[in-house]
Amino acid sequence: MAITDVAHDAVDYVRPAEVAEEELYHPKTWLGKYVFSQDAKIIALQYSMTAMAVGLIALVLSVLMRLQLGFPGVFSFITPDAYIQFVTMHGMIMVIYLLTALFLGGFGNYLIPLMVGARDMVFPYVNMISYWIYLFAVILLLASFFVPGGPTGAGWTLYPPQTILPGTPGADWGILLMLVSLAFFVIGFTMGGLNYVVTVLQARTRGMTLMRMPLTVWGIFTATVLALFAFPALFVAAIMMTLDSVIGTSFFMPAIVSMGQTLDYSGGSPVLFQHLFWFFGHPEVYIVALPAFGIISELISVHARKNIFGYRLMVWAIVVIGGLSFIVWAHHMYVSGMNPYFGFFFATTTLIIAVPTAIKVYNWVLTLWRGNIKLTVPMLFAIGFVFTFINGGLTGIFLGNVIVDVPLSDTYFVVAHFHMVMAVSPVLAVFGAVYHWYPKITGRMLHEGMGKFHFWVTFVGLYCIYYPMHYLGIMGVPRRYYANEGSTGLPDWIPESAQVLNAGISIAAIVVASVQLVFLYNLAVSTTRGKRAGDNPWGATTLEWQTSTTPPTHGNFGKELPSVYRWAYDYSVPGAKDDFIPQNVPAGQETGDAR
Amino acid sequence: MNFRDQLSVKPWVAQRGLVPSSRGFSAATPKVTLGVFLCIASVLFGLFIAAYFIRMGYADWQSIPVPALLWLNTVILIASSIALQWASVSARRENPEGVKLGLYVGGGCTLVFFVGQWLAWQQLQELGYFVYSNPSNGFFYMLTTVHALHLFGGLVAWVRATSRVHRSKEIALSRMILELCAIYWHFLLLVWLVLFGLLLAT
Repeated sequence: MAITDVAHDAVDYVRPAEVAEEELYHPKTWLGKYVFSQDAKIIALQYSMTAMAVGLIALVLSVLMRLQLGFPGVFSFITPDAYIQFVTMHGMIMVIYLLTALFLGGFGNYLIPLMVGARDMVFPYVNMISYWIYLFAVILLLASFFVPGGPTGAGWTLYPPQTILPGTPGADWGILLMLVSLAFFVIGFTMGGLNYVVTVLQARTRGMTLMRMPLTVWGIFTATVLALFAFPALFVAAIMMTLDSVIGTSFFMPAIVSMGQTLDYSGGSPVLFQHLFWFFGHPEVYIVALPAFGIISELISVHARKNIFGYRLMVWAIVVIGGLSFIVWAHHMYVSGMNPYFGFFFATTTLIIAVPTAIKVYNWVLTLWRGNIKLTVPMLFAIGFVFTFINGGLTGIFLGNVIVDVPLSDTYFVVAHFHMVMAVSPVLAVFGAVYHWYPKITGRMLHEGMGKFHFWVTFVGLYCIYYPMHYLGIMGVPRRYYANEGSTGLPDWIPESAQVLNAGISIAAIVVASVQLVFLYNLAVSTTRGKRAGDNPWGATTLEWQTSTTPPTHGNFGKELPSVYRWAYDYSVPGAKDDFIPQNVPAGQETGDAR
Repeated sequence: MNFRDQLSVKPWVAQRGLVPSSRGFSAATPKVTLGVFLCIASVLFGLFIAAYFIRMGYADWQSIPVPALLWLNTVILIASSIALQWASVSARRENPEGVKLGLYVGGGCTLVFFVGQWLAWQQLQELGYFVYSNPSNGFFYMLTTVHALHLFGGLVAWVRATSRVHRSKEIALSRMILELCAIYWHFLLLVWLVLFGLLLAT
């Protein structure tokens, strides 16, 4: 291995490299340029738009769920089967088809080549195929709404045996489409993920050493490595479950009597499925969180005009969190029962993961400390993220302990916890990132007034939704229930006031869902009516803001690739002319016009 | 400076300046990509094997008899791996005849391996060992299928390599793809030896 990074023998200036622009594939037709494009930026937009479209469907499903929970019995078209189908599809779409695809396929494709100073991904054709396989997986998944029996209602964790037993909605076609769709998603992602990892390893421009990379790239890179090693577990589980369902093998299916009939299965292990699922499922939390961590570090540093505090620790924390995420999976299975020593091990590793995470939080706060904080829309979302991740992280410490988890496991406390860490936090990071990079993608600014309105209603609204859920959980309100005995639709042991809270949560959910239309309107209208952004509206140091054209053209950097002379966080450097020094400004030229 | 040292650099105090060579691994990018892919494939097979061991612990497990034909198939796969290595070495020595011979023998042996695996399936089915009869059978059919699918993917690369060798007058241009094919076949041979050993031992 001959990786070199020798700051002490660095030279002051070397002529920029004219590199391999002619090696890029240049499309000759409109279809080749905008549909079957091999340009990572177009592929990023395709990923993002597909993910957001399917995410909107999942958002509507969540509103339907809230209508049932807030006002049970009022909406007759929401049957018990439909409700559990909504729960399942909402969860799977949001976690995999929206967040994973958006962070890695969307932001990864757009930002990695630009931020590391590459012309494109190392294998553009494979990158393009990756998107089309993802789209195929999405179509397969959505097709399950139109097959007999509808989509699967197995819950997003797809636990056997009930997943493929008669009586579970979608046990015939819905579950098959879900499993096949997941298998295709994994294949497509692997093709894309290989590209992201190898591009970061091999295609960095001159001077872009690993420790000069922006934290956004570190977050996406590490998350991709995690995903490449975690998704095979989902793939294995999906294949084995498909064989159980179609051919009648007994990998996961135990000997079982269903609706009075003894089925042909014998001796399979549902817990084996749980192990495989959560070996993927827990790293998945960090597959979503690590890119968000990277993005938030970027936003906080840029909009506080201050270098990130503890860059090296931030990098190590990302790597350590990634590593630890592979040895905590069974904390999702405390209620399945396990050897107490295993419970102790998994509780311990779960709590240890709080250490690098806390380091990141401290570093964000210390970056803000005495910074020149600009309360721009991206900064608002970044601060919102830090608040929310602390909240969600703290309840994670509760649930990481076996003795606390067992009584809370099947209640709304868990729903509140994982939505705070896995849904609200990443979504706030996504919004912050969109407001931050939209000017580079389109050349126009998003409308700030609409952005602030969007932030405040979303942020306050989300807390109105998820804070009360903690109380519901502590009261013992069970999750996954459609309705029960009693006029409130809740079990008899739950007080009436819980239903008032439920109705309030539903109203907040409807408001938050509605305000996303303002965001979409802003996105659409600003492409033509937004204020012109220029090349570097935020005064940022990283390479994507140093392109000669905005939006960047095919090949990203024109004739010459940039050379990198410094790290990504030279903000407010004493003696410099501007309060930022781009990474491609050579040593000794800081006092000139850095732009 | 090695990888670990590189990650311990303090970029905010390091001298500002251009680091002349900051690219990643010295190996060629396609080789690094194949390396990453082989890591992923190893995880995939590792997880199947882990599932195999866990499922084995349940009372209904009955080991499947291993057909003697699998020994022959193993020898054929070893031959295909050696042949592709020969092709790769011949490319380095700029010996086009050796390249073609290695490629044809390697590809041919792989096709024979497929036929051999299919015949082994037929033998087991004739003896009543169907995929659904016992989890052990299920694993056998599933693992051999997943392995064969990987090998089939390798054949796609083999077709490209063969076509490139025929189109190009300079054998050096095909050196990389031949080397990648050989590495991939060695990997799948190793996976097969592990799977075969697992079947024999359990």
